[in-house]
Amino acid sequence: MSRIGKAFQSGKVFIPFLIGGDPSLEMTGELICAMAGAGADLIEIGVPFSDPVAESAALQAAGGRALAAGCTTDKLFDLVAKVRKEVEVPLVFVTYANSIYTYGKEAFMRRCRESRVDGLMVQDLPYEEKEEISPECEQYGVDLISVTVPASHERIQMIAKEAKGFLYCVPSKDVLGAGSREKVDTGELVRLAKAVSGIPGVLALDGGSLEQVKAMAALADGVIERHGVSELVDRYGTDSVGLVVEYVRKMKDAVQER
Amino acid sequence: MKAGRYGRYGGQYIPETLMGAVKELDAAYEYYKNDPEFVRELEELYSNYAGRPSMLYYAEKMTEDLGGAKIYLKREDLNHTGSHKINNVLGQVLLAKKMGKTRVIAETGAGQHGVATATAAALMDMECEIYMGKEDTERQALNVFRMELLGAKVHPVTSGTMTLKDAVNEAMGEWARRGEDTFYVLGSVMGPHPFPMLVRDFQKVIGKEIREQLLEREGRLPDAVVACVGGGSNAMGAFYEFIPYKEVRLIGCEAAGLGVDHPKNAATVANGTVGIFHGMKSLFCQDRDGQIAPVYSISAGLDYPGIGPEHAMLHETGRAEYVPVTDEEAVSAFEYLSRTEGIIPAVESAHAVAHARKLAPDMGKDQIMVINISGRGDKDVAAIARYRGVELYE
Repeated sequence: MSRIGKAFQSGKVFIPFLIGGDPSLEMTGELICAMAGAGADLIEIGVPFSDPVAESAALQAAGGRALAAGCTTDKLFDLVAKVRKEVEVPLVFVTYANSIYTYGKEAFMRRCRESRVDGLMVQDLPYEEKEEISPECEQYGVDLISVTVPASHERIQMIAKEAKGFLYCVPSKDVLGAGSREKVDTGELVRLAKAVSGIPGVLALDGGSLEQVKAMAALADGVIERHGVSELVDRYGTDSVGLVVEYVRKMKDAVQER
Repeated sequence: MKAGRYGRYGGQYIPETLMGAVKELDAAYEYYKNDPEFVRELEELYSNYAGRPSMLYYAEKMTEDLGGAKIYLKREDLNHTGSHKINNVLGQVLLAKKMGKTRVIAETGAGQHGVATATAAALMDMECEIYMGKEDTERQALNVFRMELLGAKVHPVTSGTMTLKDAVNEAMGEWARRGEDTFYVLGSVMGPHPFPMLVRDFQKVIGKEIREQLLEREGRLPDAVVACVGGGSNAMGAFYEFIPYKEVRLIGCEAAGLGVDHPKNAATVANGTVGIFHGMKSLFCQDRDGQIAPVYSISAGLDYPGIGPEHAMLHETGRAEYVPVTDEEAVSAFEYLSRTEGIIPAVESAHAVAHARKLAPDMGKDQIMVINISGRGDKDVAAIARYRGVELYE
């Protein structure tokens, strides 16, 4: 079983997200180790991109800080390779198609395998375009994570059928009016997707109270909360490690509470 | 070939949150483009509202002065709202109306697309919000007020480089959030499928008219068609009709800013590499890590780090040529056309005029060149004055 699969073996998971290199690569390394120690079941690392169209203003700013501090794709891979000596937690890179394409698809996947990046979530690579990198992902054993949103049953099932690792499900409030006439609610989205794919479904939140995280955890196999770490890093800089540990512990308790 | 592909370029590289809206648009366009009622209404708007067909003017003085090819100007500057942008916008806003949308949003660089969108929205009773880079709102303050006058709300975009690409980012984000009642009126032959096709279809009237008008006047096709290229909508509109006629040279003029080798330029074909951005695989100015470059041109309308996917293909196959034109050459052409023909072109279109000045003398007197004057230059007068060191108080 893959490292991602194993992460879902002992109950509901909590997945924190941070932008690689914000405010520095050193700090990112420290945070990854600290979060793994605090109970993070998997960690998503955003590869900073100049034009992150899918991100909130807060995460765009975090990406800007990382780029200004000199973060590059190569440096991020180097960091992960180093961190891997200390932690076994599954790691997923969240990135844009251009970062992979310009690096060279094969070269990118080779480095994922070498530094043991377990999965990739590509923000601007929908089902229709996934063949752009799925052969290389397959070849190098990197799970290409699929995103589903409340759309038609047909579309959710089409995506879920070929999904790898876990399903990244976006709850309905974040996609109000995405053009679909056949809306499904958040719980139904996860149920539908899981039924077809046979892999875990995780709900993603950009910010959210403990109560919201609990409510989402009740509907899925786990929760990704994308704002918490970046907010703490932005406010407290190098003093944020302890606070991030506390945040991850609280979130983990919240998702596992029955 | 897969739908929405131009050779290896094009595609639909967008977040899943946008797929619903894009698919809905694709289905609606496939239906309405063949709907006789839609086609009739659009033709009616073109002829009775936009002022089509636009004139094909024989520039006799310019022809004599340059001493080579016979030069014709396609006068898109005479369209309602002052540029070719109205062709696309009338098509898209009419489509939005048919789809039952009540609100349109758009990005704009120089402001021409924003003004055209605000105009069509006023005409067709739509709510309208325009995203414009903060830097551009300052360069084109008059157009901001013009949009507001037409009832649109203008959002100055402060992210990234605060120019056109950032305005596109914001508009796409807003569309993902509110696709239900909102239609995104994209201004150029770029973005995810179906936009590059749909915008080209609404703009191809330019080349179709050039062909008909020239056949009537000269009894033959032109030897060269010259147009400026940012995203590339006016060029694609002018070129498309002539693609099957291999003897017609198609020349796109890119903004080279302070020089094609100077860091401050926006010459995508000259300096760009293949990448994936704004929903399409195409050519982009970017660094080796795939970070999109902060490009520069005196012309806000050409100040874009990419080019439409169909242009990327025309470049790759060699069917069209793309040449860089600097700020200085464009400004000098702006002044030249004003004095020679009494026509003040948009600084964007002046890039095409600048290249034509270089090319025409090397062509024979029996040859014909058509320059697409994509817009009028009233909006640029203050910026050109500043460029020449004249202080104007608007």
